[in-house]
Amino acid sequence: MSLPQAKADALSARIAGLGFAAEGWLGSARSQALQRLTGMGLPGKRDEYWRYTDPTDLIVPAAPQAALFDMSDEPMAFDGIDRLKLVFVDGVFDAAASDDPALAGVEITRLGQVPDLHWARELYGVLEARGQAPVPRPLATLNTAFATEGLLIRVTGKAAKPVNLIYLHESETSDAILHHCVKVEAGAELTLLENGPAAARFNKVLEVEVADGARFHHIRTQGRDHQRRAVTHVFARLGCESLFKSFTLTANGVLTRNEVVLELAGDDGMAHVAGAAVGDGAFHHDDTVFVTHAAERCESRQVFKKVLKNGAVGVFQGKILVKPGAQKTDGYQISQSLLLDEDSQFLAKPELEIYADDVKCSHGSTSGAIDETALFYLRSRGVPRREATSLLVLAFLAEAIAEIEDEAIAEDIRQRLEGWLTRHEG
Amino acid sequence: MLNIRNLHVKLEEEDKQILKGVNLTVDAGRVHAIMGPNGSGKSTLSYVLAGRDGYEVTEGSATLEGEELLGMEPEERAAAGLFLAFQYPVEIPGVGNMTFLRTALNAQRKARGEEELSAGDFLKVVREKAKRLKIDAEMLKRPVNVGFSGGEKKRNEILQMAMLEPRMCILDETDSGLDVDAMKLVADGVNALRDAGRAFLVITHYQRLLDHIAPDVVHIMADGRIVKTGGPELALEVEKNGYADILAGAL
Repeated sequence: MSLPQAKADALSARIAGLGFAAEGWLGSARSQALQRLTGMGLPGKRDEYWRYTDPTDLIVPAAPQAALFDMSDEPMAFDGIDRLKLVFVDGVFDAAASDDPALAGVEITRLGQVPDLHWARELYGVLEARGQAPVPRPLATLNTAFATEGLLIRVTGKAAKPVNLIYLHESETSDAILHHCVKVEAGAELTLLENGPAAARFNKVLEVEVADGARFHHIRTQGRDHQRRAVTHVFARLGCESLFKSFTLTANGVLTRNEVVLELAGDDGMAHVAGAAVGDGAFHHDDTVFVTHAAERCESRQVFKKVLKNGAVGVFQGKILVKPGAQKTDGYQISQSLLLDEDSQFLAKPELEIYADDVKCSHGSTSGAIDETALFYLRSRGVPRREATSLLVLAFLAEAIAEIEDEAIAEDIRQRLEGWLTRHEG
Repeated sequence: MLNIRNLHVKLEEEDKQILKGVNLTVDAGRVHAIMGPNGSGKSTLSYVLAGRDGYEVTEGSATLEGEELLGMEPEERAAAGLFLAFQYPVEIPGVGNMTFLRTALNAQRKARGEEELSAGDFLKVVREKAKRLKIDAEMLKRPVNVGFSGGEKKRNEILQMAMLEPRMCILDETDSGLDVDAMKLVADGVNALRDAGRAFLVITHYQRLLDHIAPDVVHIMADGRIVKTGGPELALEVEKNGYADILAGAL
């Protein structure tokens, strides 16, 4: 089936300026991705999957300009955590600013600088390609074809400390495409931290294989840079008795689309994905999650909370698919928004699709204002309005933050949220 | 302590007058009870004093030790020493009971220019006061009032009162939904706080709470006014004959 002309033109225009290296296994993975991309075209406003989010800024040939944003009024995320720092500036790896990537239990190499026979060939573009059904995710495929940088992280034991990918933004027109692969081998464990504004426009894919009995924790902060346009994808496949936990804090930003595609492929796996988003102004956050239960006795949780004011828009599209035979599945999904005024908007599309008969799945979605009764109760005990409001907002976000297992990291996130609330009060 | 003069209050949203000229003076060290039938304006009086939205004061004043309350924010009234024990304590998921107590206490101390209590000192005080009200550590850790039984919620109100040490305590139907044992526990908590510098206004439908918290003065409220004032014997009269006779006599 050929693409409509408009879509074909949009794709040609977008990829015209992108470099394409085609050597070895990476080259063939890229070629295959380009071929797939040519078949699907880029997302358009009329695509059902982009109904609530206009992809225009993400697909136009040049990245819309984004002013640099001064965030020096608070410490960088994860500053107090002992971690291995790996720094990218506008999508380019900065070895000088990074720590020595030697870490017990972890092998880290850069994309494009790896031998031909490399474990990542089984992963790069592979999970992304698996994640294209039933809904195409062409921006991820574009990423596989044209990523300029990325890290290939293989975890063979319990990582001695978290690995922190830091994305700095120094050019107002940077257009970064990063593609990371993480393979957590059987019984191994890694915590991956990500933070920073990254680029004027940022397209990032993270493919994660969590082998049997392995554990993967992922915590990232996005923002507060107002003019950021970002599309990110996480594709993960989980083995037996494995654990995957991902939490994202998103603050402000013109356009952020975070897609997470999880496949529980082995029995007794556990996948939790959570997000806390705060927006004050003409900002748009979209969390699109697709969890597939393809094995027995797995548990999945999706917990997304958004605090919106002054015209901010929050989107949640979340789906749980339970395949035939995935008995004893325990699936949970909640998406909630706290609208601090009448100008803000929350759009939610929760979905369940179940083909097994012995499962427990629930989902809920709510949208509401701050609880005036609770606010009065707090104030009647002497807590000033501002502080009481912050307490209630943090309480609203608590269920999402609770998905972070490490208490020091959770506290870092809480403090960031408190800072945001203080800056955006009134 | 508390001085209410000719207080007229209507609902903000509709043209409905609830309080139609309440006059009441409560002196330090005294316990006053307000009784009255449903819809007489008892709870409205407590909410208006605490500063809840939705009411409009059309006339009159209410002062606490000479300071006008009615223009103050709810948190300022609390810092000035006013406390309302809610008829329906509010559940606040996600906010720990301890965090709540400590934030409230320190906010009030700050507002009064006092030093904040350290985490250690706070913990010591709260444990001791909680123990007296048979509130265990588990209850202190849970989110505010979430999953608490009716009795636990009311005990939690009294714990807050004990921690915040207000000068003027208003108890709005604190006995509602309590069995005899729970009521006794709550009453003991209140009685422990009685002293010469503190006053209480106890709002209740029934005389039974007043068996445990002995009032100095009893008022009967009806149709937005205090229609009769007397000693403890007035509460007994209500219990025996109902409100009809008293109201008929008063009008």
